[in-house]
Amino acid sequence: MHPFVRSNASLIAVGVIGIALLVGLPLALELFTLLRVTLFVIFAILALSLAFIWGYGGILCFGHSAFFGLGAYAYAVSVINVGDSTLPIVIAMALPALLAAALGYFMFYARISDVYVGVITLTVTLIFYNVVNSTAGPQYRIGDVHLGGFNGIPNVPSLNVPFDPNAVLGPQDMFWVCMVALMLVYFGLRMLLRMRFGRVLIAVRENESRVEFLGYDARLHKLIAFSIGGAIAGLAGCLFTAWGGFISPTAFSVVQSAQIIIWLMVGGVGTLIGPMIGAALISWLTASLGSQQTVDANVVLGTVLLAFVLLVPKGIAPIVTDQLMPWFLSMCRSKPSVASVSRKDKT
Amino acid sequence: MSTPPLIETIGLIKHFGGMQAIRGVDFSLAEGEIRCLIGPNGAGKSTFFKLLTGQIKPTSGSVRFRGTDLTMLQAHEIARLGIGIKTQQPSVFNGLSVQENLWIAAARHKKGKAIGQSVEAQVERFSLGGFVNSLAGQLAHGQRQWLELGVVLCGDPELILLDEPAAGMTEEERVRTAALILEINRQHPIIVVEHDMSFIRSIAQRITVFNQGMILTEGGAEEVFSNQAVRDVYLGKRAAA
Repeated sequence: MHPFVRSNASLIAVGVIGIALLVGLPLALELFTLLRVTLFVIFAILALSLAFIWGYGGILCFGHSAFFGLGAYAYAVSVINVGDSTLPIVIAMALPALLAAALGYFMFYARISDVYVGVITLTVTLIFYNVVNSTAGPQYRIGDVHLGGFNGIPNVPSLNVPFDPNAVLGPQDMFWVCMVALMLVYFGLRMLLRMRFGRVLIAVRENESRVEFLGYDARLHKLIAFSIGGAIAGLAGCLFTAWGGFISPTAFSVVQSAQIIIWLMVGGVGTLIGPMIGAALISWLTASLGSQQTVDANVVLGTVLLAFVLLVPKGIAPIVTDQLMPWFLSMCRSKPSVASVSRKDKT
Repeated sequence: MSTPPLIETIGLIKHFGGMQAIRGVDFSLAEGEIRCLIGPNGAGKSTFFKLLTGQIKPTSGSVRFRGTDLTMLQAHEIARLGIGIKTQQPSVFNGLSVQENLWIAAARHKKGKAIGQSVEAQVERFSLGGFVNSLAGQLAHGQRQWLELGVVLCGDPELILLDEPAAGMTEEERVRTAALILEINRQHPIIVVEHDMSFIRSIAQRITVFNQGMILTEGGAEEVFSNQAVRDVYLGKRAAA
């Protein structure tokens, strides 16, 4: 095997699977199912944002929905006012990134401990939830957009071809855009983690004092990672609003924040592929349970989470890579093939 | 004309509430020197070490490295000036491999092949060749101490501060560590905080003795060990008599 292929085998595998899904799913699935899968893809992007800052930066953000909701509302408000979705996508990423940078500056430069970072971020998303919930009055307008309080903002235009507001994307185009966005985010983060910045970020997670003793500014690394995570969550929020054409304050809710954490715990904290799988799996389970009356969906989800925490605390991805794959490979090696027997004979 | 000190403290004072941990310490270290800081428990060695490394800020007084005041600098800014620190407990990246630990240290100021060369040099120096892909957390205690020394050296420091570098090591490892420190001292000035006298004897040239937050005495190894005041401090006056 070529050394490049060997050292990038997992990346190539993910790329091949991604392209196969990108091309194959629209052909294989009916429109309604494709729409649901598009939502899972958007949630996978959201999961990646927390996977990066928690799994690799060690920053446990309990209120990650603040960035998701802000991106969603920023897109809704700006796309209705502007008419073209090109600039609103940028705004939907920039605003959460700025919020994360401002929040991160006060948290990391004040050397606030991990638990309090969790509490502060949770508080921020609760503030957003309550503030946006109480904007039902007619005076709460931004340009042409009435924020709508708990009723949210309806009739949000979907994405369009850049700088052409008349060329609105259909459901299938939307799936492609979301899949490409997911792959760009995934490969972008993988690349970042291979660079010096990413390696130092992982080192910050491992031992912040040692990183400082080596001359790196741990606070700055955490701040940048937190802002990148905020921007990616904002992108997910933007795609979510564009997908459904509607946004409400539930995007800021604690339930939304908790869901992202559950996706990561099920998929595997400290990996990128795991949280994507976790997001898709749990979202699919939630959607499936919602369409039946026999069992309460929350009871099933709670049981699943408990089962994972107790039985598979590392999550799906680490179990597959650390235990199932080596077991499978050893099983393959223990069955000598004709070729290997003939090679042994030659030696 | 005398050469200016590499690092010095001027009237250094540190209070923790009502307790005076460091009481007006004036200390200096010359280029190329190896200095051991000793003293009984509670003498103020570790507090003084933390003041030198910027982990805590002094109540008054200053720490100067090549004339630069370190008092208000952050730990990473002090490290960037060229001060390498090894803490008492092995402080490495337990979840990363030995190679990654060294790589991160070297990559702070080196690029390309120079990083690999620096990593290889430390792997060889500390006999970690068989463990380059092992997680640092899986190494034996002594090996982690050496890895941390390697991590410090990958940063090409101008001054190395070691806090109990042989703590928790076997006798064989201590002998090896002493030899390594003397070898490292050929290129780098070193300050060692230690309370193990046999280890101190094997590496010390000059010794500073702390007692009750102050410098009790300073001098050559033999001179210090034969000092009655030092014996009194370590053994208690009645026992020494």
